[in-house]
Amino acid sequence: MGSVKASIAYIVLASLGDVMATIFGINLFALSGQLLVGLINGSFYALLSLGLAIIFGLLKIINFAQGAMYMLGAFFAWMALNYLGINYWWALILVPLAIGLLAILMERFLVRPIANEDHLYSLLLTFGIALVLQGVFTHVYGSSGLPYQIPAELKGGTRLPFMYLPNYRAWIIVSSLVVCFSTWWVIEKTKLGAYLRAGTENPQLMQGFGINVPLMTTLTFGFGVALAGFAGVLAAPVYSVSPDMGSNILIVVFAIVVIGGMGSIGGAILTGLMMGVVEGLTKFLYPEASTTVIFLFMVIVLLVKPAGLFGKEA
Amino acid sequence: MSTTGEKIRINDLHAYYGESHILHGIDMTIMQGELVTLLGRNGAGRSTTLKAIMNMVGRRTGMINVNGNETIGMAAHKIAHLGVGYCPEERGIFSSLNVEENLMLPPNVRSDGMSIEEIYDIFPNLAERRYSQGTRLSGGEQQMLAMARILRTGANILLLDEITEGLAPVIVQKLAEVLLMLKERGLTILLVEQNFRFAAPIADRHYVMEHGHIVEEVQQHELSEKTELLNTYLGV
Repeated sequence: MGSVKASIAYIVLASLGDVMATIFGINLFALSGQLLVGLINGSFYALLSLGLAIIFGLLKIINFAQGAMYMLGAFFAWMALNYLGINYWWALILVPLAIGLLAILMERFLVRPIANEDHLYSLLLTFGIALVLQGVFTHVYGSSGLPYQIPAELKGGTRLPFMYLPNYRAWIIVSSLVVCFSTWWVIEKTKLGAYLRAGTENPQLMQGFGINVPLMTTLTFGFGVALAGFAGVLAAPVYSVSPDMGSNILIVVFAIVVIGGMGSIGGAILTGLMMGVVEGLTKFLYPEASTTVIFLFMVIVLLVKPAGLFGKEA
Repeated sequence: MSTTGEKIRINDLHAYYGESHILHGIDMTIMQGELVTLLGRNGAGRSTTLKAIMNMVGRRTGMINVNGNETIGMAAHKIAHLGVGYCPEERGIFSSLNVEENLMLPPNVRSDGMSIEEIYDIFPNLAERRYSQGTRLSGGEQQMLAMARILRTGANILLLDEITEGLAPVIVQKLAEVLLMLKERGLTILLVEQNFRFAAPIADRHYVMEHGHIVEEVQQHELSEKTELLNTYLGV
């Protein structure tokens, strides 16, 4: 008797699961799968647009090289592993540091000399740097992409009620959220962040108060770019390491920065995640529109609230 | 670093913004504990003099000695650390920070700055509104905040630019009391001021500027005999 009851209960539950899985005619497995992909893309969008927002806030320059630095992050991780035997975990720390250092040199010797010129100059400079980097890497490594293994510790996955969650994908989401929100916390809640915010508003007066603003600017640029390097290492095992990975993602990230509002730190993070999810949702509902939906959003936001969803009206 | 004697000595100071030559050879000396004003019409170069001391102009030549240190070749962010507090004409309250964050923002430049309690004692309005956004304060409160901010750092040389501009008489009166209190404590103050009636009773000396030159120096006791002259310079 007992076993019959149990098997009836099992059949009922199983069919309930089936009903749930196709509730309202929607395939929940497919939906949650697309949402997960969206959230992962969103994690990268958040990291990259956060870096752009920080740099734009203090330096008032639009860093077109941010995508190239993301690409460089992935390549550095690949090179570190294949030439130096440095594993993923060390690369996750060392590569952003190396990229940050590179950015500091770039700020000091290329960006700063034209800091007082029209913003168009720094835009063209960083665009040029991006093209050079992409060209060099295409020349050396070709454009087909290099493989990078998921670290052994994060292989496998977890079965959830409606989906299978690969561990590495969960790690991307968690680590990107941790990095983004710690950065947000430092900028919005600490004394160092107060210096940054005040320096964004009135750098000259901050100098007058005894703050070394040029140094702060250089370090901020380094940190903002290092975020892209971090995103690059994180991306290496899931996207193929290829020279055009940066330029592909950068256009979307610029749209996200515009939607979130230029220079808004929290806005950049939230919009990044949100747009990733919107993209995933669109892929499920109407796949043909998934690559354009973010730009559609951008157009609507620009028409309705030109300062961006989280931007302050000028 | 001396605490008595000359706090600021300027010799043959020239300052430029790009191609325009604003200051044409300024000489002035301010002793410890003095309250000195820079009088003159708009555009005479008074604010530029303060900015030149802070190294906030495009280019400057000559000598500027602050607290015994030659600063003409010094980076802008090092000057505050000689004990200088600068309050700009536009007050420079940060809109991204609340009142207390604005107050706590500038790093200490000397060890004996006012405590936050002392500051709230002097400016009770700031205590009441400590969590308001800095730029939501009234003009008078913003001015008090801009002053309080540099008193907290321990600066003992204050460069104050038009602090009474556009404020109600009762607040101007309050600022005069604060300046006298600071003077009593031995702080050295260089005040750019348009409001001669505010400056006259509290200042020890006045420099009158015109077209980037210092054209007259008036001691406190000479005020009555030189009133006529001052009126022609200031156009009042």
